[in-house]
Amino acid sequence: MSSYPLLSLAVWIPVAAGFAVLATGADRNAALARRIALAGAALGFLVTLPLYAGFDTARSGMQFEEIHAWIPHFNARYHLGVDGISLLFVILNSLVTVFVILAGWKAVENQVAQYNAAFLIMSGLMNGIFVALDGLLFYVFFEASLIPLYLIVGVWGGPRRVYAAIKFFLYTLSGSLLFLVAILYLFARSGSFAILEWHLLPLALHEQVWLFIAFLVAFAVKVPMFPLHTWLPDAHVEAPTGGSVVLAAIALKLGAYGFVRFSLPITPDAAHELAWLMIALSLIAVVYIGFVALAQTDMKKLVAYSSISHMGFVTLGFFMMSALAIEGALVQMISHGFVSAAMFLSIGVLYDRMHSRQIADYGGVAHTMPKFAALFMLFAMANAGLPATSGFVGEFMVILAAVQFNFWVAFAAASTLILGAAYTLWMYKRVIFGAVANDAVRALADLSGREYLILGLLALCVLGMGLYPQAFTEVMHVSVNDLLQHIALKKY
Amino acid sequence: MFENFAAPNLLPAAPEIFLLFMVCLILLVDLGVRSPRRDLTFMLTQATLAVSALLTLWYAAADLMPFAPGEPARAMLTFYNMFIADLLGSFLKALVCLAVMASLAYSRRYLEERSSIPQGEYCVLALFATLGMMVMISANHFLSLYLGLEILSLSLCALTALQRDSVTASEAAMKYFVLGALASGMLLYGMSMLYGVTGSLEITEVAEQVHAMRGMPTNKTVLAFGLVFLVAGLAFKLGAVPFHMWLPDVYHGAPTSVTLLIAAAPKLAAFVMVIRLLVGGLSSLFADWQSMLMLLAVLSMGLGNFVAIAQQNIKRMLAWSAIAHMGFMLLGLASGVVRGGNRYIALEAYTASLFYMVTYVLATLAVFGLIMLLSRRGFESDELDDFKGLNQRSRWFAAMMLIMMLSLAGIPFFVGFIAKFAVLESVVISGHYWLAVLAVLFSLIGAFFYLRVIWLMYFDEADKNAAPIEASFADRTLLSVNSVLVAAIGIFPQFLLNACGYVLARSF
Repeated sequence: MSSYPLLSLAVWIPVAAGFAVLATGADRNAALARRIALAGAALGFLVTLPLYAGFDTARSGMQFEEIHAWIPHFNARYHLGVDGISLLFVILNSLVTVFVILAGWKAVENQVAQYNAAFLIMSGLMNGIFVALDGLLFYVFFEASLIPLYLIVGVWGGPRRVYAAIKFFLYTLSGSLLFLVAILYLFARSGSFAILEWHLLPLALHEQVWLFIAFLVAFAVKVPMFPLHTWLPDAHVEAPTGGSVVLAAIALKLGAYGFVRFSLPITPDAAHELAWLMIALSLIAVVYIGFVALAQTDMKKLVAYSSISHMGFVTLGFFMMSALAIEGALVQMISHGFVSAAMFLSIGVLYDRMHSRQIADYGGVAHTMPKFAALFMLFAMANAGLPATSGFVGEFMVILAAVQFNFWVAFAAASTLILGAAYTLWMYKRVIFGAVANDAVRALADLSGREYLILGLLALCVLGMGLYPQAFTEVMHVSVNDLLQHIALKKY
Repeated sequence: MFENFAAPNLLPAAPEIFLLFMVCLILLVDLGVRSPRRDLTFMLTQATLAVSALLTLWYAAADLMPFAPGEPARAMLTFYNMFIADLLGSFLKALVCLAVMASLAYSRRYLEERSSIPQGEYCVLALFATLGMMVMISANHFLSLYLGLEILSLSLCALTALQRDSVTASEAAMKYFVLGALASGMLLYGMSMLYGVTGSLEITEVAEQVHAMRGMPTNKTVLAFGLVFLVAGLAFKLGAVPFHMWLPDVYHGAPTSVTLLIAAAPKLAAFVMVIRLLVGGLSSLFADWQSMLMLLAVLSMGLGNFVAIAQQNIKRMLAWSAIAHMGFMLLGLASGVVRGGNRYIALEAYTASLFYMVTYVLATLAVFGLIMLLSRRGFESDELDDFKGLNQRSRWFAAMMLIMMLSLAGIPFFVGFIAKFAVLESVVISGHYWLAVLAVLFSLIGAFFYLRVIWLMYFDEADKNAAPIEASFADRTLLSVNSVLVAAIGIFPQFLLNACGYVLARSF
C-alpha cells in the first residue's frame, strides 16, 4: 500500500487545477488556460492509476483509507476510502475529465478559463462523492457538485439553457434535501456520520422503509429512474458536449452508486420489501423509455433516453440482489460511462461542424467522414449491446441473473436488445448511410487528430472491456460478495 | 447623606460608557469638520467601534478561564442587577461592533455619492444604534431591555429618514416608526403581565418566580397571556410572519447603507433578546412558547420563500429571504427543549441558532455591501435586472455574489449550508421529523430565487450601456475577506461552532 494520500490527491488535484485555471484570467490567456486544464486533468488521472495497481482484490473492506478530524462538533470526519465498488468510478471519472477537456479545446471560445475550471472542479468533487465514507462529507460533495454543472449548462448551453439548468438543479436538489434529513436521522440514531457504522446500525422495519424512500427520491432523481427522469433530456439537449458527457458518464452513476452505498446496506430489509417496486420501475425505464427513444428526432435526446433505459438495467441488477446481477449492473455502469461518453462526443463532432442535432439534417455522412463513420459504428453497436463490446457484458450478466430470478422479468429486460438495436442503429442508418443529404454534409471534414485521439482511445476502452471484462469484475468480486452477505442478514 | 447609595461597579459596562462618551465627543468634533468627505468623523467612528469591541473582549477575557461544571459563574451583574456582562453578551457585543464597522466601511463611497444624506449625523446615529444594541444585549431587566430597544429603534428610524429628498425613505421611516411602536407596545404589555404575576422586572428574578409557580392554574393563564404578547413583540422585532409586514418596505425604501445597518447587526441583538427572555427568563413555560415559535418558524419559512420568488427588486427579495431565514433560526430555538430537558441537547440547539444568526449576518453584510459597491450616483443597482450579465462586466464581482447566493441558499462548501445543517440536526434530534422535512422543502423553494440571481449574472447578456464597475482596492479587499470567511467557515466551521457553544454554555 502506498503511503501517499492518493484519494485526497485524486479529489483535490483537479480542484486545485481548476482554481489555477481560473487565475489565468480573461479570454486573452485562453491557450494557457487550456494547457493548464489539460495538465491538471492528466495529472488527476495519473494519480488514480496507482489505486488500481495497488488495490488488493482479495481483501474485503475499504482500502487506501484516510481519516482526519473535520467537524468534531457533529462528529463528522474527513474519511476517504475505496472498495471494489467505488474504485473503478474514480478512475473512470478522472479519465473522462481528460476527454472532456480535450473535447472543448476548439469548440469553446468564450470564457475558456471558467469553462475548463468548472469541469476540473466538478471532476474533483465527483471523485469526492465516490470516495467519501463520512455521511456529511458525502453530502457536501454530492450537493456541491451541482454548482459547476448548473453553470456549465447555463452558461455554455443551447437556446433553452436557463430552463434546463434550473430544472436540473431543482430536481436534484429536491432529492438531495430529503437525503439530508435521512442522514440526520441516522446521525440522531447512531451519533456518528460514519457510513460504515450506519451499515451495522440496527433499524426497525418502518424506520428502514422511511429511510429507503428518502434515499430513493434522492438517488432516483440522479439515476434518473422513471418517473423522475424528465430533467435529463432537457439537460442533455441544452448542455454543451462536455456537459453531456459528464452528465451521462459520471453524474448518472452517482445515483446508482448511492443505491449500493446507502440503500442496500443501510436499509436491507426495506430493500427486500420494496424490491418489487424498484424492479417494476426499472423495467418501465428499460422498455417504455426504449420506445420513447425510438421516437426521437434529435440525436442528443435519443442518446439521453437511451441512457435512462440503460440505467434501468443498472437498478434492475441491484435489486435482484444476486452476485451476478449486481456485478452485471456495476459493469453496465462502467460500460455506459464509456459508451455514452463516446456517443455524446461523436454527436459533438457532428454538431461542431453542422450546428444541428436533428437527424433529419444529416444523411450520407459516411461518404465525407469515413473514419468518423467507422468509429461511430463501433459506439452505436456498443450502445446496442453487441457482443465483444463493453455494452454486451453488463447487459448479458443482468439478463442471465434475471432468468434465474423470474422469467417474465428477464423477458421484459431482454427486449432492450431489440429496442436498443432498433433506436441506435436506425439513427445511425439515417445519419451516416444513404445518399449525401445536402451541401452542408458534402462539405464536412473528417476527424481532426485531436478528435481521432479521443474517439480512438474510447474505442479501445469499449473493445478492451468487451473482450476482457475480467479486469473489471475481479476488482469488484470481494466487495460485491461482502455486500450480499451483509444484506442477507436481518437488521431488526 | 448618601449612606444608602453604593456606587455601582462600572467596569462591566465600560464598553457602553466609552461608546456613549465618544458619541457625544464625535457629535461635537463633527461641528468643526469642514471637508465634505468628513474623514475625521469617519475615522473616529470606526476607531470608537474598534475600541468598544476590544474593551468588550478585554472584559470577557477574564471569563475565559476553564471552569469546573457546577461552579458558580463570576458575578457579572451591575447597576442593581439591571445590567449583565456574561460571555454571551460580550461575544455578541464584539460581533455587533464589528458588523457595524463593516457596514460603515461598505457604505463609505455610497454615502459620499449621495450628498443629501448628512454624513456626520449618519455616523453619530449609527453609533447610537450600536449603543442601543449593546444595552439590549446586556439587559437583565425589562426596563434596560426596553431602553436599549428604543435607542436602537429610534436611531434606525432617524437613519432611514435621513435622506430627506427621498419619498420612499420617508415612507419607510414612517412605517418603521409606527409598526415599531406597535411592537414595543406589545412587548411592554407582555412584560407588564409578567410583572403583575411575579412582582419583578428582573429577568433572573422573574425566572425563579415563574419556576416556583408551576402548577398554579390562575397564574398560569395570566402568564400565558403575557407570554403571547411578549412573543408577538419579539416576532415583530425579528420580522417573523405574521409580524413581518414592515420588513420588505423598510428594506426597500431605506437607502442601501441603512438597509445594511438594519439587516445585519440588530439581528444579533434581537437574538439575544429572544434567548434571554424565553430561554433565560421563561424556560418554565417552554411548553407554551415552543409551539408558538414553531408556528412562527413554519409560517416565516413558507411565506418568506414563496413571496421572495415574485420580487423584482433585490433589496425586497432579500427582505423576504431575511424573513425566511429568521424562520429557520427560530426552528433551532424551538427545538432546543426536548422531553426530559436534556441540557446538552438544548445547548446544541441554541448553538445552532446562534451560529445561524452570526453566519447570516456575515453573508448579509457582503450582499448589501456588494449592492452598494455596484451602485453609482443616481443609480441604486437594486433591481434584479441590474445584475444581468454581471459575469461579463466583472468576473470577480460575479464570483463574490455567487458565493453569497449559494451560501444563503444553503449549498455546501459555504457557511449557509453548515448553519442550516446545524439547525436541522437539532430539529431531527428533538424528534420533529416533519418539521425538518417542511424546512428542507421550503429551502428548496427558496433555492429558486437565489439561483435566479446566479442565472441573471452568468447566463444572461450584459446591457451594453451599463456603466463600468469600479471599486477601490480597499473595498475589494473588504468584500474578498468577507467572502473568503463565508467559504472558509463553511469548510472549517469547528472554531465558530465551539465559540457559540462555549458562550452559551457559560451563560446559561
